[in-house]
Amino acid sequence: MKAAGNSTFFQRVVEATPGGELLSQCLQCGSCGGSCPSGADMDHTPRALFAMISAGLEDEVLSSNTPWFCVSCYACTTRCPQQIPITDIMYTLKEMAIQSGRYEHPGAAKFSETFIGFVEQRGRSFEAGLATRYHLFHHPQQMVKLGMMGMNMLRRNRLPLRPKSIRQLDQLQAILAEAKTIAAEERRV
Amino acid sequence: MNERRYPYYPGCSLSHRSHAYEVSTQAIASALGFELVEMDDWNCCGATEYFSVNRLPAYSLVARNLARAADAGADQLVVPCSACYLNLHKTDKNMGLYPALGKKVNKALSAGNLHYEPGTVHVRHLLEAVLTDFGLDTLKERTRRPLYGLKLAAYYGCLVARPDAVFDSTEQPMAMDEMFTALGAEPTAFRLKTFCCGGHMTQISETTALEMIHKIIKSAADSGADALVTICPMCQLNLDVYQGYANRLFDTSYDMPVLYFTQVIGLALGLTPKELGFGQEFVDASGVPAKIQDVPPPKAKPERRSKQALPMPAMPE
Ligand code: SF4
Ligand code: SF4
Repeated sequence: MKAAGNSTFFQRVVEATPGGELLSQCLQCGSCGGSCPSGADMDHTPRALFAMISAGLEDEVLSSNTPWFCVSCYACTTRCPQQIPITDIMYTLKEMAIQSGRYEHPGAAKFSETFIGFVEQRGRSFEAGLATRYHLFHHPQQMVKLGMMGMNMLRRNRLPLRPKSIRQLDQLQAILAEAKTIAAEERRV
Repeated sequence: MNERRYPYYPGCSLSHRSHAYEVSTQAIASALGFELVEMDDWNCCGATEYFSVNRLPAYSLVARNLARAADAGADQLVVPCSACYLNLHKTDKNMGLYPALGKKVNKALSAGNLHYEPGTVHVRHLLEAVLTDFGLDTLKERTRRPLYGLKLAAYYGCLVARPDAVFDSTEQPMAMDEMFTALGAEPTAFRLKTFCCGGHMTQISETTALEMIHKIIKSAADSGADALVTICPMCQLNLDVYQGYANRLFDTSYDMPVLYFTQVIGLALGLTPKELGFGQEFVDASGVPAKIQDVPPPKAKPERRSKQALPMPAMPE
């Protein structure tokens, strides 16, 4: 499965990103990669990734670790001379990578999913449960260290053990369900 | 001064693990004479996680808060967490900027009998609200215990300075530095004031995050700061809780206290460290108030260059 419908990979990235049409204006100047605090861990700099998107290298782009190392700091976005919403494009790429089952850094995707799970079930995030569930499933060896940190957090009253919930959870869940339906319909066209 | 009331969105971090920020925020609010009224039944902003993998539900999640605030008659919302601030601000802005997005978000909201008209609620970071509505003159006037001799590194982090930079510069914000001066303290020449704290990377690729944390702590220490001052619970958590791990990885022994800006204002207003939630930090900050002197320190060095001279790159000492 290369392209859905008649649109190219480039067009799909652009369409899925608010303000994404500016991507066609990329100058390949490299200011984005030069500003990126986690650039050293990325297999392609943001600049290179954008050239690859234009070249239609869908597989390579969606299996790159680059979007997963993005910490959403917006340094690239504010420095880009063409005002390309780079951080949002990273988000689009993560979303597309998950949907096509091709992500290089499953840990990051799982962390996001665990976090989202708590928000959807309670309307609030829940650090104790998040860290435990995520690391228990994905890095059991981290649990010992995490346990110690957790104890230190508890002692300082910084880690509530009981999750909080919002009152009108049904309202939130109805909204999220509707948003997901709209998003799924969009993907089908 | 008449009592001001602000609709307030505390966010999960403040109500969970950054108790000291909440306590010090409420303490300076009553000292300065304003009230933060928590909005009813707010939900999580989704942090950076939700937006990055599920865009439309993320906008809808955040918009529920905006819609409920607007329904309750709010024309602004004050937010102490940089990540919540960014998400709320960005949702309000993008719903207006991209009408197709705004329409879809409102379609989702209608499933919960809500609707949001972009532009209704002005989303403001707590620092912005304090600095613009009270101003440096008021802070100076209310200062009971000037922070003489205290050297502070103003750390803005990324999400308030970027991407919109509504109340300060993206590259070289100065609002907090100027505030320190007004309170009697000395802002240090701290270079990484808008460098990212690593965000959620501590959970995903710890070495990536620890490297960022190490750089920030080192830069603050090199600037001669007695403490690093943050405006976000996530930044505080990363720089404070993970500082020990960064020390271990880089074989360093920094012990840089990491405070919230509200604690700094509180000290100057004459509140006690206990009233400001001191004692919950990992890197002991109890020595910071002890460094405050009774008289202003003598001016360090006479200026050798005239103020009109062309700017020159700073030489490392
Ligand atoms: S900074 Fe902007 S124009 Fe320059 S390479 Fe990056 S995306 Fe392209
Ligand atoms: S937003 Fe992401 S890609 Fe851009 S500079 Fe920050 S970490 Fe790098």
